[in-house]
Amino acid sequence: MSSKNEFSKGRRNALKTLGLGAGAAATGTTLPLWARYAEAQSSAPIKVGFQAHKTGIGAAYGRWYERTTNAAAKVINDAGGINGRPLEIVLEDDGTDPKRGAEVVEKFATQHECDVAYGTLFSHVVIGSAPRAGELKLPYFVVSEGHHVASGMLNRYTLQPGITDVKSQVAAMAPFVSDNLGKKVTMIFPDFAFGHDHRDFFSAAIEAQGGEVVAKIAIPPTESSFTKYFPKIPRDTEVIYHVMVGPAVLTFVKELGEFFGPSRPEIFGFIDSLEAVDINSPGLEFLDGTFFWEGNPRYAQDNQSEYDKAYRAAVGVDDNGASVSDPTDISTYAHMFGCWETLHVIKAGMEASGYAGAGDRAKLIEAVEAMTDLPASNAHPQGAKVFNGKTHQVFGHQYITRVTDGKLKLAHTTSIEDTLYPDEVDYTTQAF
Amino acid sequence: MDFGPYLILASLEGAVAASVLALTAVGLSLVFGVMRVVNVAHGEFFMLGAVLAWFVATSVGGHPALGFVAALLVAPVLVGGLAAVVDMTVLKRVAYDPERTIVATIGILYIIQQVTLMTYGPDARPVTPPFNTRLAIPWFEFVGGRPQVYWPWGLSTTSYKLFVIAAAAVTLTLVWLMMSRSKIGLLMRATQLDGEMAQVFGIPVERIYAMVFGIGCGLAALAAVLIVPIQQAHYLMGTDPLLLSFIVVIIGGLGSLPGTVIAALLIGMSDGIISVFYTPTLAKILSTLLVAFVLVFRPQGLFGTRERD
Repeated sequence: MSSKNEFSKGRRNALKTLGLGAGAAATGTTLPLWARYAEAQSSAPIKVGFQAHKTGIGAAYGRWYERTTNAAAKVINDAGGINGRPLEIVLEDDGTDPKRGAEVVEKFATQHECDVAYGTLFSHVVIGSAPRAGELKLPYFVVSEGHHVASGMLNRYTLQPGITDVKSQVAAMAPFVSDNLGKKVTMIFPDFAFGHDHRDFFSAAIEAQGGEVVAKIAIPPTESSFTKYFPKIPRDTEVIYHVMVGPAVLTFVKELGEFFGPSRPEIFGFIDSLEAVDINSPGLEFLDGTFFWEGNPRYAQDNQSEYDKAYRAAVGVDDNGASVSDPTDISTYAHMFGCWETLHVIKAGMEASGYAGAGDRAKLIEAVEAMTDLPASNAHPQGAKVFNGKTHQVFGHQYITRVTDGKLKLAHTTSIEDTLYPDEVDYTTQAF
Repeated sequence: MDFGPYLILASLEGAVAASVLALTAVGLSLVFGVMRVVNVAHGEFFMLGAVLAWFVATSVGGHPALGFVAALLVAPVLVGGLAAVVDMTVLKRVAYDPERTIVATIGILYIIQQVTLMTYGPDARPVTPPFNTRLAIPWFEFVGGRPQVYWPWGLSTTSYKLFVIAAAAVTLTLVWLMMSRSKIGLLMRATQLDGEMAQVFGIPVERIYAMVFGIGCGLAALAAVLIVPIQQAHYLMGTDPLLLSFIVVIIGGLGSLPGTVIAALLIGMSDGIISVFYTPTLAKILSTLLVAFVLVFRPQGLFGTRERD
């Protein structure tokens, strides 16, 4: 299988990288030549342009992406920064708007003179901004989940090393859904690129498992009332697969419960439908016993790793996934780890390439492309990952949790192999 | 879902949308009818009502019903008061000149929206409904030629949604009584017919204007308080009600209250039903198309009267 090859090749490259690292370590306390040079050249901060959804429909994510980013930057700076230079986050609000997104990327490159741009979540903003980043030759590290990076739709300057994409997530979910919940699935998804990824890839994945999607219900992400869509759910549906985004997600899930009343089918949701929302909100009682995909479990689990513990504390999130200063302020825990991990990848890439300034941007991308195994660590608290340099996409474990006693309890963890699929692009063949 | 239950569900959803829309649009229509002011900021007063409802409901503790009732009383009054102040400080200063009031209310739109963003923040926040019981609705089917009652899967509404419809109907009746039976209504109608003449007869037109603007925006705020336990308060929630209100008011006839209510029912119900059976996009296309037809063939609206010369 191609996935196996991919994996073994990854391991070989990892060994090479490891060898280089060991070589560097062998020189002892003496820094490599480039590092000394860089140090002498500049101690000005490395500027990371953070394209944040401070306002607009992605605002809840934006708030937590910002907190996570600031926490990661603090950890990196406390440990000496990047190549001896402090890391500075330059935040610009994109209003969760693709047009503004492209402008923000331009501001980073020309006005703020950032070294890289980073942090975008919503897929339509990524798709709107990435071409501009490519034209400006500005490395653009997105934290988006969309399949647009690995699909080959974007360019060599756009990378997604900190969060897995929808195609790999749903490939790993389909076997669980068909084995444990049912074969006849009705999908409810937002009507834009991210939702279409879900629609296309989950339909294919569940068919590969012998199941079928009996209805596909697309809802505009700006919708505020949902009951009118639910009669399209066929009566013979065994599983509802829901994923929703936007400011009205709570209404969506509540109205879903009101629609079904006491006779609900099995329900499998992406936590996106309730990110930043308390699962114990009034009207959500019907979710008890239903399952959720989570990129990273919101509630601290019994098998919580020390890395998750440290990361949670650094960002300021309690064991219930809420802010330590305000228990009603629920985090977007399933996604925001991507910011933390992406910043650490940028740091690792800059250190491996000896990044000294804008002239080294291509070297930085090559260094990130050369990455393969990213073991679970303080830099990767969500778990181990494998980066595919050709498709610019990272692969990792996925978590399925079940609503039990008002908490999301871990029910299943997929392997990384479950999430792999054949490459669709080789960005390394594109010229800089 | 079978056709019958499907249609009932669609109509119920449409009725909730229509009642909120009717309240909002009547506010807009009142302001236009009496003052000839096109209030582009109307949707933001709607949003402000929802946001204030959240503030009031969360600061009042105890049973959710207490917070909701407090919000129902306080939020529309506060919004109405603010609107009256806006009228006196802004609209009066531009002498209610049609072009300048449009530009002024666009400015007010942005001020309200951005101040809300800076204070309340960009999040959607819920208000707990005072009561919310799921009510399953029975339907009948023919088994062997005889009708039999059964409970279709998914056919239900909630007690709160029914309350929204009832509350809107009561409020609209009160507005109609105020306009047609009360002294203040008489003064408003006199001002609407001829402002200068009303002034000559000693009607305090300036105060009537402030009051009408306050009542109009207060109605939008009331609609928002009613809808906020179903949806959530969010700083961008004013856009859709504004557009729909304009559609309704144009179809119904600017300044005609019965026309506005009937157009709101038409648009709200058809939006609910068409979105259920086809797509929400088609519903929007059809209502916009209807506006175009009305503007071309009956510019005074279905129930409006021609502009006096």
